[in-house]
This record gives sequence, structure tokens and C-alpha cells, in this order.
Amino acid sequence: MRAYLSFFRMRLINGLQYRTAAYAGIFTQFFWGFMEIQLYGAFYRENPDNFPMALPHLVSYIWLRQALLRLLDTWTMEQEMLDMILSGNVAYELCRPTSLYGMWFARHAAQRLSATALRCWPILLVAALLPDPWGLRLPPSLGAAGAAALSLTLSLGVVTAYTLIVYFSCFFTLSAEGTRAVLMPLIGLMSGELIPLPFMPDGLSRVLSCLPFAAITNAPLRIYSGDLAGTAAAQTLLLQAFWLAALVLLGRWMQGRGMRRLCVQGG
Amino acid sequence: MIQVEHLTKTYRVSRREGGLLQAIKALGRRETDAVRALDDISLTIADGEIVGYIGPNGAGKSSTIKILSGILVPDAGVCRVNGRVPWKERKRHVAEIGVVFGQRTQLWWDVPVADSFALLRDIYRVDEAHYRRNVEELTELLDLGQLLRTPARQLSLGQRMRCEIAASLLHDPKVLFLDEPTIGLDAVSKLAVRSFIKARNQSHGTTVLLTTHDMQDIAALAERIVLIGRGKILMDGTFADVRAVDPSAESLDALAASLYRHYGM
Repeated sequence: MRAYLSFFRMRLINGLQYRTAAYAGIFTQFFWGFMEIQLYGAFYRENPDNFPMALPHLVSYIWLRQALLRLLDTWTMEQEMLDMILSGNVAYELCRPTSLYGMWFARHAAQRLSATALRCWPILLVAALLPDPWGLRLPPSLGAAGAAALSLTLSLGVVTAYTLIVYFSCFFTLSAEGTRAVLMPLIGLMSGELIPLPFMPDGLSRVLSCLPFAAITNAPLRIYSGDLAGTAAAQTLLLQAFWLAALVLLGRWMQGRGMRRLCVQGG
Repeated sequence: MIQVEHLTKTYRVSRREGGLLQAIKALGRRETDAVRALDDISLTIADGEIVGYIGPNGAGKSSTIKILSGILVPDAGVCRVNGRVPWKERKRHVAEIGVVFGQRTQLWWDVPVADSFALLRDIYRVDEAHYRRNVEELTELLDLGQLLRTPARQLSLGQRMRCEIAASLLHDPKVLFLDEPTIGLDAVSKLAVRSFIKARNQSHGTTVLLTTHDMQDIAALAERIVLIGRGKILMDGTFADVRAVDPSAESLDALAASLYRHYGM
């Protein structure tokens, strides 16, 4: 446990090194969220009946997504970790008395958490101060808040397990670029990162909700605003837990296979 | 105590002629050759020994170290380090060894070295008082001082290597594997590294297995020299035995060349 906490501290220290990136990120994310809300607002004014989410739900969804972008996005990769596998520095990781999967899981989750901890506050604060209906609002009940917190934790687990799978694909393909290029836009779409899933065609949206990617952005943000509540929220939480377990098992299996093929080349 | 018996490791290397046509052919079927990196290696190293492990590039030195440190699994053979088979009891094994790969880095690039050390402290579960004592001792012997407060990327190679060596000793390993620890270092840094290794061996009784291409490392450090070539152990003796191969060699490098020639490499 101490080693995992230490990873978190290390990532936080590491993240603090890149101040300019943090400021630029905050500004971009705020601006992007603002523009997007204006866009959806225009559609809403045109025809409120044809809008699949309540406007305040949608607005909270977008602000939270912008604030938590670095926690949940499906395209953050740590170049260092890819390099480690490709360059053979992974040799050092293998001579540590910890489970490699556990260590990398902690390390990557810590990276997401620390990057978010550095950036989310200004966005949350400003979004909360905006007037109705353009601002971020508190969840409708204490129950929704608790469920959203649980859901967000599961999301972090799912997205971390997913990212590790992309890393481990390096053991087999020597480059994660291909995997990333093919998957990134597709998965951004399927996770609810680009467009909230209710805005997709009906059948498609239902299928996508069952996939692991919907367990990343879609689930916690809709539970937060009360867009998913009661049974629907409970089902979503269960599904998230299921995907977390499935992706962890798959990742560990890939790691086991990869390590057996591994030859640390050169030097 | 390190016991190695009949260790064998084979790699597959894909081979083809250069050229576009050959590259297109290789899309369909790829030819691979088996390269035997280690061929029936047996070796015993007693506690507290410093063993210099030498041989030309590609002889199998690094493969041996990687197997002994639990990173690679051999095709056949056994080895035990303090009674444990490295790749079977990996976690308990690696807690008691230290490894330095001269061509790789274990320090975090953008943060001060001290932060990397603190992370290693937690990974190896070294208690705080003990850790402080070790850092103090290593700082003094390796002259780390200001280096601990500097990001790894801003260190010179010699400074970084001193930090790498310190990093691999924070948990008091009984056995230290050094894979080309002096590669690329200037004369001053080399001397510092050598005298440190010697001192560590004498004060802590640390067993050291060292690979290098620098015969001066060997002359200065190793009481025992093991020569490996084409995956086999060709000689196991002292520096005097090496010297005897070509007593008239003008320099240590010439001596090494004579030695390799003598064994047909």
C-alpha cells in the first residue's frame, strides 16, 4: 500500500513540474466546455421536445467532463511507460519486489488522479458560479452524490485497466501507435466523451451503454446529474464493476503472455 | 551463494537479405534463426566474492545477468541465488538483490533524484531510519551531495551512474549485479565507481557479479574472472591466469584481444 501511495506522490510531484501544460489545459478545457454548451443550447432552443437529456443534466455532464477530462479520457498514454516496454527499461521494473500489474495500475491511476487534482478546481469553481441554466449544479440528492462518487471510482479503475491493455499490446506489436490511432476516436465516441450517449440513435445508444467504454465517462456523469437514477443507476454500477473485473483479468492475462515472450534486447 | 547449473537460453532472430524484394517476401513468411545465447553454463559464486564476467559483445553476459535477476526465464537449467530460483520466487528473490544496467536508467527523468530514491524506499519497504542511514552513507561514499536535489535529466552520465548505483543499494542487497556500470564514463567517474564497489564489497560483504568491456575494471576489482564466449564458459580463473595468456601484451586492451583470440573468438 505504501508503495502505491508513494507512486501517487511521485506522479503529483512529476505533474507539478509541468506548470504551463496545466494552465493551458485548464484554459482550453474551460473554453471548450463553454462553446459546447452554447452549441447544445442552440439546439435546445430550437426544439426542446426533441432533446434526449434535460438541459441542466447535459450542462452538468459537460462541465464535469471538462473538469475530469484527465481522469477519464481514453487517449492519455504515458509515453514513459510505452518507452519503458519498447526500450527495455522495463528490465528495471521486473526486478522490483511488487506485482508488475499492481505497480503499473497504481502508477497510471495515480497519473490520472494527480493530473486531475491539479486542474479540476478552477473549472469546477467557475462552472458552479455560472447562472442557470448554464452552470454546474449539485447532484439532486445525497444518494445520487454517493452513487456518483462510487461510479467515478469504478470509472477510474475501468479506464486504467483499459489503458494498461493498450500498453501491453506493445509486448506483441512493438508499437502502440497503431492500436491508438485506430481505437482513439472510436472509443472516445463509445465512452460518451465526445457526445453523451443518449444523443446517439436509440438502438446504438442502447448497445453502447452495455460496452466497457460506457463505464468510463457515460456512467458517473449521468449518475451525478440524476439522468440515471434508481434501478438504472444501480444497473450501471453493477455493469461498471463487471467490466472492471473483466478488463483487469484480460490485462493480467496479456501481461503474463507478454512477459513469457519478452526478451529484453540489446545492452 | 549463487549456483548456476546447465543454463541454456535461445533467442529467435529474424533474418533476411536487405532490399525491397526481400522485404516483400518477408511479409508472407519470415525466416528466423535460433541463436543460442547461453549454452550449458555452470558456475558457482561464493558469498562475498567479486567476479568479473567478461567476453566480447553478444557472448551472453547480459543474458546471464537477466536470468539471475529474474527478468528472463531460461529454456533449460537451474540457478539458485541464496537458495531461491529467481524466476520462480521472483518477488522474494529481487528483494535481496540489487541490479545496475549501465545502459538503462531507473531514475525518474524530470524530478530530483531524491524523489526517485523515496519511491524505491517504499517499493522495497525500507524503514525510514534505516533508509536515512543508507542515503547518508551512500551520499558520502559516492559524493552525491547536491546531485540528490537535481533532476536526473540534468545530471552528467558519470553523476547519473553514481546515483543509479546508490539507488540499487538502498535496500541493502546481499548480491549486486552490475551490467557494464562504467560504460561511457570518464576516467574520474570510473575510478570513483571502482573504488566504491571495492569498498562496498569489503564493508558489507556484498557479492558482486560485474560485466564489463573495460579490462581496467577487471584488473582493479575482480579476484576471479570468468570468460564467456558464444554462450559457453571458456575460462574461470584469476587475473594472473589471464595475464599468462599473453605476458607481453602492451596494454590491458591488447591483453583482452589476445585472450579472445586465444579462445578462437
